[in-house]
Amino acid sequence: MTTKLMGQKVQRTEDQRFLRGQGRYVDDVHAHPTTLHAAVLRSPHAHARIVDIDVSDVLDVEGVHVVWTYEDLGPLSPEMAEPLPLLIPHPDLTQGRTQYALARDEVNYVGEAVAFVVAEDRYIAEDALDRIQVTWEVLPAVVGIEASRAAEHLVHEDVPGNVGARSEQNTGDVEAALARAPHRLQLELDIERSACTPLEGRGTVARWDADTNRLQVWTSTQTSTGVRAAVAVKLGLDLGQVDVITPDVGGGFGVKVMHPWPEELLVPLAARLLGRTVKFTEDRREHFISSAHERGQVQHIDVGFDDEGRILGLDVMFWHDHGAYTPYGLIVPIITSTQLLGPYKPEVYRVVFESIYTNTVIVTPYRGAGRPQGCFAMERTMDKIAAYLGKDRTEVRAANFIQPDEFPFDQGLIFQDGRELEYDSGDYPASLEKLKRLIGWDEFPALREKMAAEGRTVGIGLACYVEGTGVGPYEGAHVHIETSGKVKVATGLTTQGQGHATVFAQLVADELGVRFEDVEVVTGDTRRMPYAVGTFASRAAVMSGSAIHLAAKRAKEKALRIAADALEVDEADLEIVDGVVQVKGSPSTRLDLGTVAVLSNPLRYAFDEASKAATQFAVGDPGKPPVAEDDEPGLEGKDFYSPQRATFASGMHAAIVETDPDTAEVTILHYAVVHDCGHLINPMIVEGQIHGGVAQGIGGALYERMAYDSSGQLLNASFMDFLMPYVTEIPDGIDIDHLETPSPLNPLGIKGAGEAGVIPVSAVVAAAIEDAEGFPITAMPISPSDLHTLRQEHTS
Amino acid sequence: MSEELHRIRLSVNGVTREVELPARRLLSDALRHDLGLTGTHVGCEHGVCGACTVLVDGRPVRACLMFAVSAVDTEITTVEGLTREDGSLGPVQQAFAECHGLQCGFCTPGFLTTVTACLRENPHPSHDEAREMVAGNLCRCTGYQNIVKAVERAAELADPQHDDQHDDQHDDQQSDAPVEVQP
Repeated sequence: MTTKLMGQKVQRTEDQRFLRGQGRYVDDVHAHPTTLHAAVLRSPHAHARIVDIDVSDVLDVEGVHVVWTYEDLGPLSPEMAEPLPLLIPHPDLTQGRTQYALARDEVNYVGEAVAFVVAEDRYIAEDALDRIQVTWEVLPAVVGIEASRAAEHLVHEDVPGNVGARSEQNTGDVEAALARAPHRLQLELDIERSACTPLEGRGTVARWDADTNRLQVWTSTQTSTGVRAAVAVKLGLDLGQVDVITPDVGGGFGVKVMHPWPEELLVPLAARLLGRTVKFTEDRREHFISSAHERGQVQHIDVGFDDEGRILGLDVMFWHDHGAYTPYGLIVPIITSTQLLGPYKPEVYRVVFESIYTNTVIVTPYRGAGRPQGCFAMERTMDKIAAYLGKDRTEVRAANFIQPDEFPFDQGLIFQDGRELEYDSGDYPASLEKLKRLIGWDEFPALREKMAAEGRTVGIGLACYVEGTGVGPYEGAHVHIETSGKVKVATGLTTQGQGHATVFAQLVADELGVRFEDVEVVTGDTRRMPYAVGTFASRAAVMSGSAIHLAAKRAKEKALRIAADALEVDEADLEIVDGVVQVKGSPSTRLDLGTVAVLSNPLRYAFDEASKAATQFAVGDPGKPPVAEDDEPGLEGKDFYSPQRATFASGMHAAIVETDPDTAEVTILHYAVVHDCGHLINPMIVEGQIHGGVAQGIGGALYERMAYDSSGQLLNASFMDFLMPYVTEIPDGIDIDHLETPSPLNPLGIKGAGEAGVIPVSAVVAAAIEDAEGFPITAMPISPSDLHTLRQEHTS
Repeated sequence: MSEELHRIRLSVNGVTREVELPARRLLSDALRHDLGLTGTHVGCEHGVCGACTVLVDGRPVRACLMFAVSAVDTEITTVEGLTREDGSLGPVQQAFAECHGLQCGFCTPGFLTTVTACLRENPHPSHDEAREMVAGNLCRCTGYQNIVKAVERAAELADPQHDDQHDDQHDDQQSDAPVEVQP
């Protein structure tokens, strides 16, 4: 029998390429001397008017082919002269603004694209940039939430108060609920800007094929189909003339879901004009100043509760810094506002946010997407309630949990996908019990005492979250069984390290009854699957996983139908084992799947041994056409999966930290995670996702911040200065336990797992530091100097 | 304004190649774009992330901080050179596969070359020494703990004392070890 692979720690097939140096990232495509290279002149000012640009010296540089400013774009393609698309409009986004592919008249952040050069190599292109003379009229910059709210200066002259959107949702009369609550507290909670910072930056390569009148684009994106549509529209091409291929991607974490980046349009435009392959590879400084950030939010909470800590009214107001433009709409603050509630059910909830402009780089979702901020707000509130009532922090949480018998649970809000925020399944009390055991919650007082005796200060913290994963609208899959018996699978979403080639092959091998090693999966190639959405919001396993499962089922049904006909047996009596269709209980009556594939195509050229073997069978009624009206040739299955709503994964993290009495350094001694993403396809990969997420969360909690000065210059735009965790900053081992509450929304009972690790880390670490130090922690990240300052404030 | 080119020989993975390059061409760019050895990746171009690490005369070097012309008369090993002659994975590569020590794979070549050099110097690292070996490389995906596990596993695989019997014991002890399904 074929071993069932769902739920097994299968080693990754893609690793074989990566480990040999045979990965194909965008910069590896057309990596030879005939390829031309692009470079971008970026604004040195956060806010300025362009008085004049003089490029007359540039074309004198030997090896330069093209130099463009905004003025050059319209004549090449009228659509290129229009602003970039506002991808996700929302009725509350009354003042949406997007930039131009190359700045027109004004720049609004340091790093905004101003001019574009194509040359023989990147060195020469950068030489050429140095010769462009721009005359600027510098304007006052608006930096940070405080300055934006004060609105002494405006980012966009026509946006009053710098407010792009004001949005409100509520589930009842919160003022009345607060007024009648026996206890009431207020909190101010801040989170700083950080960024995805994948090791591979952005990159695009394009090639125009004049012989076929088609454009091929390789780009490091989380949505090939999105880029394809944008390129077609902006270059005035038919969709059918554009292929977008996303090869291996060196990390995304959200920043590569934004599309189109200016370079994703400028590079194809240049390739078409020049008839040469053109490549743009972002460098690290460019990534810091011109790719997206996230996280910057200030949150005010007003909460009313009873003697048990049960929340009667929760009133949240927050300000979201979306940077200079709003190409990605309101997705991040909408997620904060709806996912803030986590596993809890306050009687009444009202949330109001303002999404505001600053002269800093744009904001798009970063792994967790608004949830780390929401979780920080909710969990710090839970801790404050517990402290106020003198109760254990786990008790207050338990008092507010949605109970296992209350699913599906409707929170009474509208979620990011425009659907009701309805949780599909979960068991939060069971998670909490597991977490308490894993971290040693009840034994901690004894540990604290023992450590204190050694002169060491420790604290413990926990945080809970719920994550809407697997949002629609759809993904599709195509499964093709070749005459060799090999199975070729395509799905349109992309992959950036999550092991899709492996987990999707596991699903196909299980459903189809073929050997895992005979399945090959292709992602992110619009030639293979032109309908797709993308890899974000922890949706790949749920969406494409389900679609692939359904497509494999269709291929299997067809295989059994054809085999039943050929073997003259009933379909119900057949099974597929290790790539062979056989009669159950009588495996000597059998047909290789490859032979079935030959039979599915009534073309009778004997190309190979399988074709020769197939000619001995007569399939179908000789009195009818070889391909029936409701059939098609080939052994393939294609299907789409489109869910009613998102699935809801959940989890709880806890940590024990030590704070140094002299240096104020924070060390995480023990970190524990209980995680529920429904049924696991590959636990090794899920745990890898958790490890990586927790590491990114620790970066966000203790190290990473975007240090803008008041003029809008990013002071730490390098890996020397922006502190990303090395192994030395990550605890030596994270304890993980799984809970599996299957989702009723998809055939596999799975939920997404990509972002979970990162969401509660800032809340957990803040709680543990607060527990160690004995004063409130209300802003993250927290550096040793921040902690030192807080100590001084609280002792004076 | 044309640049002066230098005709130089680079010895990479045991093969000598002749290239014509300007003096300012980085070794990382020469390997990738002139020699087509794209396994060496560039993550920051300022020597911090370690993705471009190659071995120069056996020692780990950031290829983004070295000019190609200064690599003349050295023996360079890139990630492509770590695979065995028969095409099978070397011990460090094999260990990363077994331990799920990579996700997107972009930083991986730098880890593989670094760990290869470190294990030559110290074939039996303690757990802390294994962590120290990878402490100069950035990875944004894995959270490092499986990378450290891979270093320890690589030391086992590279150990001449290591044999199949030992391997079986290892598998027995690690009941949650990944299922070996190879393509």
